Amino acid sequence: MNSNGKKKRIGVFVCHCGVNIAAMVDVKRVAEEMEKYPGVAFSTDYIYMCSDPGQQLILDKAIEEKLDAVIVACCSPTLHEITFQNAVKLAGLSAFQVEIANIREQVSWVHTDREEATLKAIRIVRSLVEKIRFNKNLEPIEVDVTRRAMVIGAGISGIQAALDIADQGYEVLLVEKEASIGGHMIQLSETFPTLDCSQCIMTPKMVEISRHPNIKLMTYHEVESISGFVGNFTVRIKKKPRYVDEVACTMCGDCEEVCPEVVPDEFNLGLSYRKAIYLPFPQAIPGTYTLDIDSCLGLWPIRCSACRDACEVNAIDFDQKEEIIEEKVGAITVCTGYDLYSMKSLGEFGGEKYEDVVDGLEFERILSASGPTGGKVCRPSDGKVPKSIVFIQCCGSRDPENHKSYCSRICCMYTAKHAMLYKHHVPDGQATVFYIDVRTGGKRFEEFYQRTVEEGEVLYLRGKVSKVYKEGDKIIVHGSDTLTGRKVEMEADMVVLAMAMEKKEGTEELLRKLNISADTDGWLAEAHPKLKPVESINAGFFLAGCAHGPKDIPDTVAQASAAAAKVGALFAKEKLQHDPAIVPVNEELCSGCEICVNVCPYDARELDSEKGIVIVNEVLCEGCGACAAACPSGAAQKRNQTDNQIFSMLSAILKI
Amino acid sequence: MRIKLKFEENEKKFIDRVNELSGENIYSCYQCGCCSSGCPFVFEMDILPNQIIRLVQMGREEELIGSKALFLCASCFTCQSRCPKGINIANVAEAVRHLIEPKGKDYFGPQEIPVELADELPQQALVAVYRKFSK
Ligand SMILES: Cc1cc2nc3c(=O)[nH]c(=O)nc-3n(C[C@H](O)[C@H](O)[C@H](O)COP(=O)(O)OP(=O)(O)OC[C@H]3O[C@@H](n4cnc5c(N)ncnc54)[C@H](O)[C@@H]3O)c2cc1C
Ligand code: SF4
Ligand code: SF4
Ligand code: SF4
Ligand code: SF4
Repeated sequence: MNSNGKKKRIGVFVCHCGVNIAAMVDVKRVAEEMEKYPGVAFSTDYIYMCSDPGQQLILDKAIEEKLDAVIVACCSPTLHEITFQNAVKLAGLSAFQVEIANIREQVSWVHTDREEATLKAIRIVRSLVEKIRFNKNLEPIEVDVTRRAMVIGAGISGIQAALDIADQGYEVLLVEKEASIGGHMIQLSETFPTLDCSQCIMTPKMVEISRHPNIKLMTYHEVESISGFVGNFTVRIKKKPRYVDEVACTMCGDCEEVCPEVVPDEFNLGLSYRKAIYLPFPQAIPGTYTLDIDSCLGLWPIRCSACRDACEVNAIDFDQKEEIIEEKVGAITVCTGYDLYSMKSLGEFGGEKYEDVVDGLEFERILSASGPTGGKVCRPSDGKVPKSIVFIQCCGSRDPENHKSYCSRICCMYTAKHAMLYKHHVPDGQATVFYIDVRTGGKRFEEFYQRTVEEGEVLYLRGKVSKVYKEGDKIIVHGSDTLTGRKVEMEADMVVLAMAMEKKEGTEELLRKLNISADTDGWLAEAHPKLKPVESINAGFFLAGCAHGPKDIPDTVAQASAAAAKVGALFAKEKLQHDPAIVPVNEELCSGCEICVNVCPYDARELDSEKGIVIVNEVLCEGCGACAAACPSGAAQKRNQTDNQIFSMLSAILKI
Repeated sequence: MRIKLKFEENEKKFIDRVNELSGENIYSCYQCGCCSSGCPFVFEMDILPNQIIRLVQMGREEELIGSKALFLCASCFTCQSRCPKGINIANVAEAVRHLIEPKGKDYFGPQEIPVELADELPQQALVAVYRKFSK
């Protein structure tokens, strides 16, 4: 029925999509058949409905023919539903009086028999005519938006995203689980392709974070739980005790000096040692010591407390407790980064057995001026300068049978960088790289690689290594060079493994808390691989950096800025509009059995114990229909997709 | 075939001398094989022109001593004209021949010249042939 209580006048518009549809579906016949169908007042076909003239045709006919509703038979509604909703709105119709019959993805692209495909297209269009007869005009549900963002992870991606959101004038909570911000980039020596010193280009941004009036930095914090929805999240954040007052600590280091407990230093990947009370690295932000309780001998008065006695400003507080802080935010950007795949997984390369077989990040620390060797290239076992280094690429990457199927994208470039920097340090050294392909797709990357090869006189052998073992002082590498068809054996003083990147440890747990999804490799899933690369499928969540997949710093920064722009666009809205096609509760039919409450994946339904029936949070409901299918009383019916509509659609499809 | 790669004094000297004599940087080779795919004499060669370069990179002088390809190269420059890195492979081959000559074998001797031809052969050709094919 239309608003006057008369039968709806329905228009059908069949698109050719060039030949995409017309080649397999007789579009003229579909239009002609539909013209005869009850309730259809007008029917036609056109080559491109989405073109300007196509949209104009719909608009003109809607007015001329006094249409109440419109069916467009074309491509998937994910593509042009909005286009056609806007077209009918100009004719004074509600957006809910348009339905898309997908006869491209569901018909022409998947069939090979023209006659059958045409009949199927007719049935689909018929079913939508049945549905639209009962469509009601709905008003969007309006929601307020909290203009305050949370960024999780403070590597270069989180830092960039936080700065860009803060610079747009919005407040940002930057949550980092480690004692300092910086992530992996602060561990790197120099960065390809320009060889700028990583710390030199990163520390200004880190300082900016600590000084920015819109940024609330929360290091040594972790997200506990999240509730709410886009624009209106409530997050509970755990503050881990640092046992040192951040503000009071003057970084004098007296505590560190007296601490008797020595443990491997994670910033140098265990290539050096630190005390139980420590500063992660000199430029750490916040600039404060942290007491690592797992390594500490025990808190006063039980045992040690040497550090507390040594601290002149009384910054050490053994009574600090874990705290839970509750905050409200409107958008969440996940920037949790990566780990390197463990060398343990590749036993044949001896990474776990031999000190002088190291992974890429360890070699970064060995090359770094601030590293454990003070910028001198020495091998870990005996401190000798290695005269020959073998670099092995694709360690664990591109090995779908045994390890990771994907390419880690950055290791070709950092291996070239490692070989080049090694030759800068040891000009008469021999650098040999085993590779299966060299991938240098970024801007100025190929030129960088060629410079490594030509100026560094680095030998690139095409082939994988089969084993690495020790013989006396030397490491023996067995590989091959497929270009000359030879199996190759050589001696080296050190071996560097370009280990695959993988998702950061703990990501799964965090994603469970956030209720957002990852792909099969554990990387955060984007909403669309091409058109929505920084949005999560769930509204209000954004992603950037290596948490989304392997990438270098330029790409990480670009993605972080893009995510920040998306957060800004969300906050720029006066109100957020939520799709009203949700599943309400028919109070008269609901028996309060709560079956729907348990199936709802969005926690949108709960029992109102007073009334004894279920109520629905309209904003949380995504209209997935799980409850509608489960409800035994028919009390849960999706708006504009009621049981009645579904049954009439089915009979229209089944009718010969 | 299995080989042991060494980069000691000898190998390093050999690689440096090839670069020096040829005026090329043998490390700059892509190993793309463009030289080999266009070489008009490759059908007779035991190793491909790009493999000559590769064996130099690996310091494999001994292997090059036994190779026919080095001596079949006609210095026609087809390869050089096509090489994307502008490497003059004929120059590299010439440099390698020069270096291995004292250690190599004779591919050509006076006894192979027919008597009736001996008088007519231009001296220059004879010198060139001796230079290229005998030690
Ligand atoms: C050996 C090596 C050399 C490289 N060299 C270069 C180079 O020369 N040039 C270049 O462009 N790129 C280089 N890269 C790549 C570069 O490291 C990355 O592109 C960049 O560091 C990615 O930054 P990110 O912020 O996404 O991740 P990360 O640096 O991993 O930062 C993630 C941050 O999130 C935090 N975090 C994780 N989980 C949580 C959680 N649950 N809660 C709170 N916080 C969390 C982590 O503690 C960390 O601080 C190199 C990589 C390697 C491995
Ligand atoms: S970037 Fe290079 S080394 Fe790394 S996995 Fe890909 S091809 Fe292998
Ligand atoms: S339609 Fe889906 S999201 Fe909405 S209440 Fe039902 S189950 Fe929950
Ligand atoms: S064409 Fe040039 S770059 Fe390619 S293999 Fe031959 S010498 Fe090397
Ligand atoms: S110069 Fe030698 S290697 Fe190059 S194409 Fe000619 S014959 Fe072949």
